Order: sequence, then structure tokens, then C-alpha cells
Amino acid sequence: MTTTSSSLPLAGPPTRGQRREPVLQVRDLCVDYGVGPGSVRAVSGATFDLGRGEVLGIAGESGSGKSTLAYALVRLLRAPGVITNGEVLFHSRPNTGSTLAANVPAADGPVDLLGADAAELRAYRWSEISVVFQSAMHALNPVARIDHQLTDALKQHRRGMNAADRRERAVELLRMVGINADRLRSYPHELSGGMRQRVMIAMALALEPQIVIMDEPTTALDVVTQREILEELMLLRERLGFALIFITHDLSLLLEFADSIAIMYAGRIVERAGGDELLRSPRHPYSLGLLKSFPGLHGERIRMVGIPGSPPSLKDLPSGCKFHVRCPYAMDRCAQDEPILLRPFGETGSRTVACLLHDGLQPPPEQLAAITPVASTTGAKTTEAAEAARPTTPDNEPTGSAR
Amino acid sequence: MTDTTSPTVVHGPVHTGVPALEAKHLTKHFTLHASSFSRSSRVVHAVDDISIALPEATVTAVVGESGSGKSTLARLLTGLITPTAGELLLDGAPVPKGEKARRKYTSSVHLVLQDPFSSLNSVHTVRYHLERPLKLHTKLRRDALEQRIKELLERVALSPAELYIDKYPHELSGGQRQRVAIARGLAVGPRVLLADEPVSMLDVSIRLGVLNLLDELRESERLATMYVTHDIASARYLADTIVVMYAGQVVESGPATQITDSPAHPYTQLLLSAAPDPDRAVPPVLRGRGAPPSLIAPPSGCRFHPRCPFAMAICKQEQPPPLPAGQDQYAACWLHSTDRTPQDKTPLDTGAAAGPAVAAA
Repeated sequence: MTTTSSSLPLAGPPTRGQRREPVLQVRDLCVDYGVGPGSVRAVSGATFDLGRGEVLGIAGESGSGKSTLAYALVRLLRAPGVITNGEVLFHSRPNTGSTLAANVPAADGPVDLLGADAAELRAYRWSEISVVFQSAMHALNPVARIDHQLTDALKQHRRGMNAADRRERAVELLRMVGINADRLRSYPHELSGGMRQRVMIAMALALEPQIVIMDEPTTALDVVTQREILEELMLLRERLGFALIFITHDLSLLLEFADSIAIMYAGRIVERAGGDELLRSPRHPYSLGLLKSFPGLHGERIRMVGIPGSPPSLKDLPSGCKFHVRCPYAMDRCAQDEPILLRPFGETGSRTVACLLHDGLQPPPEQLAAITPVASTTGAKTTEAAEAARPTTPDNEPTGSAR
Repeated sequence: MTDTTSPTVVHGPVHTGVPALEAKHLTKHFTLHASSFSRSSRVVHAVDDISIALPEATVTAVVGESGSGKSTLARLLTGLITPTAGELLLDGAPVPKGEKARRKYTSSVHLVLQDPFSSLNSVHTVRYHLERPLKLHTKLRRDALEQRIKELLERVALSPAELYIDKYPHELSGGQRQRVAIARGLAVGPRVLLADEPVSMLDVSIRLGVLNLLDELRESERLATMYVTHDIASARYLADTIVVMYAGQVVESGPATQITDSPAHPYTQLLLSAAPDPDRAVPPVLRGRGAPPSLIAPPSGCRFHPRCPFAMAICKQEQPPPLPAGQDQYAACWLHSTDRTPQDKTPLDTGAAAGPAVAAA
């Protein structure tokens, strides 16, 4: 199982800084809803690597399969969802420095989570890979106090801890996400939406996992709260070093903080690139269309067009490239041949795109051929970003203090 | 609360003549009735003393966080809920009471709701949805009615109309559903269209289509549109004027690009710094963390002062009136006042420094 990582043209780790060693490798993952003739394929051939400590954003519209993909990684799909193909290889951490991470069976080489039995899966879930669900309102138990919910996972995964240790850890976790310890005995309804989401994040981090999957964690929140939580999240990531899969429909948000971004359309990853690469030089027409769908906050007000048509139904997907019916650059070939995720012709970076325009048989349209920005300027962005985002006392303001 | 005789500034786009819809000193307090948990009945100050004018062929965006009262304002303008105080003027004339007047009013002011999945009845076709208002408000029947329905569908870019007229809501995409909802609003030839978060439930790639439709209707139907949203970037894209609400009050208003380019109120600045912006080189520094206050016991003075990084002594005591802050721009903030004594302007260091959501005593 360890040698199956073949010479496929893989979506490599991002170009920000150096190559990261992978913590999760996904190969040709397919998810169907239902079986037999009535089934629909929600995720088709998803292949990507997640580097250690990387922030991977998955963006797409509703029905593009982004949530399905995330839940399939940890096998949390609900009933009609079936994983029909693929591999999810999880690489254990090289050396368990933390006393908290003691419960996971030592494995040589990567473990295929899709082949793991119930006991293995139970050991990996939460302690190595945790999930923050979209609606904190519904993900928290309304009749249990916060401390109870926080210590629940510790109780199951850390048999060595006693009640006092667990409580101490719960306080520490709450402090980590900026909540006062006196909230421990609160019920979820006594907290604001932002606080509930913070509790969810604290719970996900309770066992110091290596991968945190977040499904639209800030969508239901106001922009100010959303920004605060993102700042905290980035600081925590700096400190704890977990990799983050961040699922959202809001590409403009991802562009600000994700190391790399995977754009999904109709169950397929159509482009994978670094944040700046995607913003400055999108290669897939759908990525370009998405970027042009977000009105800006600066400059001239110009009329924007978005993307014509609407997302396809998974029951009735077009032939060839799934985007060709909405694509302004579609060629005749696009209706027949389905493109696979490849490095664009003539490029050296690690970005990949699933579009026939970039197979080298024709020059790509001007709008999709912008020069890739130099990665060196962005390599240090995450660290700097975290520094700058840290709320400090401003020294250039006449009155008051920010915090 | 201390000063209710503030000089009236009517927010909204610059206009000449009589606006299609005008609200004067509109206030809505919801009473929380006494329960077994609390003896006394309390009041939620959802909307406090808002004057807004919607002239024809303009788009006014109302921007604010959840709980800022923006949806309550939209519902007040439709007449769905009765204001605690204040009055509505349709084409300059007060709206009379009574069933007949109410029907006339509803044919002039129409609300488009956020969620097209629940605002259309799933057991009825598109035809039914558009037929109802026409039958109730006009005398069109049979062929003329059919003709009018098709015309409406074409107007919201659902063409050919034959393709859509007999469809059920579940057969349409989100964007198409929202277009049907807008067509239903246009059916009775309204003067005013109130759109409450019309695109927030839609997919990103089709949002612009609906925004552009609203933009076209502004010209073609001469509609006075109010666009309620939490997304300040889309407000800038569509609107002539942006009105920023915080805790039931208007804190700033002015021409759309001017508001986003040079915001005058600290809350508007906060909103803008928190909004996603891929062009930003370094992450923003949020100035004024925390959450909006409780509307049952709003803070004294300026309602933003517990979060405001620039809070001064006066901010806690007296509510700021709308003060000019630029060409046609008003900000309800003492920072823009010129006739205050230095004591008033001494920095208030408790509130803003105390961290998130500390309501003043």
C-alpha cells in the first residue's frame, strides 16, 4: 500500500516557500450518492496532496462536491453516500512530541483511511483528523454544558487523564480560542454564534490533530466575527502546526489566507494553485469566472457579468468537460474529451488545471495566460500575516487602543 | 435617547422632487412580554428614528450585520408591521389607514425575500405565482393575463417564457427562482422594490446576474429600490447610496463609492476592514472588536461607543446626530462635530480597551 503513490501527474504541494512533505494524499477519490442506475457521482477522481501545516482552501458552488469530498476523507458520509473508488493515505506524524498524542497506533508508512477498520478509524478520527461542521448551532449538543462537550473526546481518547487534567485542558482550550474560563458551565444557547463556533474549533483542536477539516466554519457569522475567528485560526495554526482544509463558497475570503486553493466544479477539481497564482493568473475559465463574480471594494465601478448559465445537475451532466456549456472559450473538442488535472503546458510550477485549452495544442486565450507571479514574495506571507494580524496596541492612532 | 430633537437628515440618494417612498422618524420597538423568567416586560429597540427616502430610479443599499435592524426596516416599509412611531409617505402623501388603502399600498411597494426556496409555494407553478397578484390587483383575465405573465418572465430574463411558465419551483435553479420572485414583485407595477438579501442564498456565479437584473430594472421600470445586504462589496457594486446601520440606527450614509473609499464612521471602517478583499496586501487590523450590543438595553450615547477605538467622553453621554462628513455624506459620530469642548473629546479608555462586547453600565 505504501508503494502505490505512482507517477501520476499529481497536484503537488503549494509553491509558497518550500515543498512540504504530505500529511494526506488523496488518489482518485470517487463518491456516489446511491447505487445502481439511479446513482449520481458527487465527487469524481479527486486527487491531491495536503502538506504538513498547509492551509488548503476548497472553493466551489453548492453541489460542486466540496463538502462531500471532505466528509469522504474521514468516512463521515451519510447513508446514500458511497465511496466507490480511491485512496486516502494518511501519514502519521514523524515523532510524537506531545503527551496528548499517545493513543494512536504506531504505523510504518501511510495508512489508507478508506481501508481502515472501525477501531483504527476511531483512533484516527478527532485525534489526528478532526472536523468543524458548518453550523455550530446544530453541531453542539443543546442540553450538555460546554465543559462536558469539550472533555468528552479527551475522556475517550486519553484514558490516562483524570477529571482534573481534563478540566484543566478544557480551560486551556477555551483560552486558546479567546473565551473566558467562566463560560465552561454554559449551555450552547447562552453563547453567541461566534463563541459557539470558537467552542467548535476548540473541540476540534482538543487532541492536537494534524489535520483539521472545516466546512464553511464562518458562513453563518457576521464579517467582523468571521475575521476575528480567521485571525485566531491562523495564529493557532502557526503555533500548533496542523494542516487545514477550509471549505467555503467564498473564494475572495480564501484568497486572503489559503496557501493553496482547489476549485471544484461538478464534483471535479478543475484547478489547484497557490492563492496568489490563482488571483493573478487563473488558468481555468471557471476560476476566472468566479474571480470576476466578486465585486471589488476599490477602483472604478464596472459592470461585471459573472458566469452565464447555472451549475449543472449531477443527474444530467454534460459530456466532455463539465463546464463547456457555460465556458466562453469552449472549443469543439471540449464537448467530447474530458480534461484531467495536469500541469498547464509550458509551465514549471506545481499548479494543475483540468482544461483542454492548456494542453499545448493551441495558445490559451489571453485572459487565461497571465504570467504566474513570482512565488518568493509570497513565501513568507503566512508568517508575516499572522504577525500583522495579531492585535497589538496601535502606535499610530491618536486615541484609544484597539484592544 | 437623550436628544430626540436632532436636525432631520433624510438618508438616501440625492434627488429633486418627491421621492417615491419616504419614511420619517421611523421607530419600531418590539415588546418582550413578561414570562416566568422575567417579571417585567422589556423592549427591543429594533429600529430607532430612521428617516430614509427612496427616489425613483435609484438603488439604496442598507448595509449592516445581523441584528442591526435592516430587515425590520424593510418590513416596516412594506407595511407588514406597524411602526411604533414615525410615518410613511408614498409619493409625498401619508399612507391612509384601512383595508382599501392598504391594498393600494401593497401594489406600490413590493418585498423580495431572501430565500427563493421558501418564498415560492412548492405545489404551484410559476404561472400560479404570477397570476395571483395580477388577479388580485388588476382586471386582466384570460389571454391578456397570459400575455402579461409571459411579458413579466421575459422582463426578468427568463426567456422563452413558454419554457418556464408551467414549471414548479423545484424544477428551477436558485437564480431562476429568485427571478420568478422578482417577476412576481413586478407584476403589479410597483413603484418601490424592497429586496431583502436577494442574493445571499444564491450561488456565487449567478449572484451577479440577479444584481444586474436589479440594476436594469432601476432604469427600465424607474423603480425605487432598496437593497438590504450584509455584503458591502455588492452594495458598492449596485447601489447609488449606501446606508450603514448599527444596532437599529443609521450610523452613516452617502454615495456608494464615497462610503467605501473614505468611510467616516468608525463602524463603517470596521466593516470595510473585515470584508474579504483579495487585493489586500497585508491582513487588516480590526479596530473595534466584539459584537453588537443587546437591543433590549442599548448602550447610552452612541451605541457603538463600547467597541469604538476612538470613543470619547461625550460618546457615552450623548447620542450623536448625523453630521456632515463629506459631499452628501453623513456620519452619526462626534468625531465629525466641530463645536465640542475639549472635555467632551477626552478619550474614553474604558470601553474600547475592555475587549469584546462589554455593554456600558
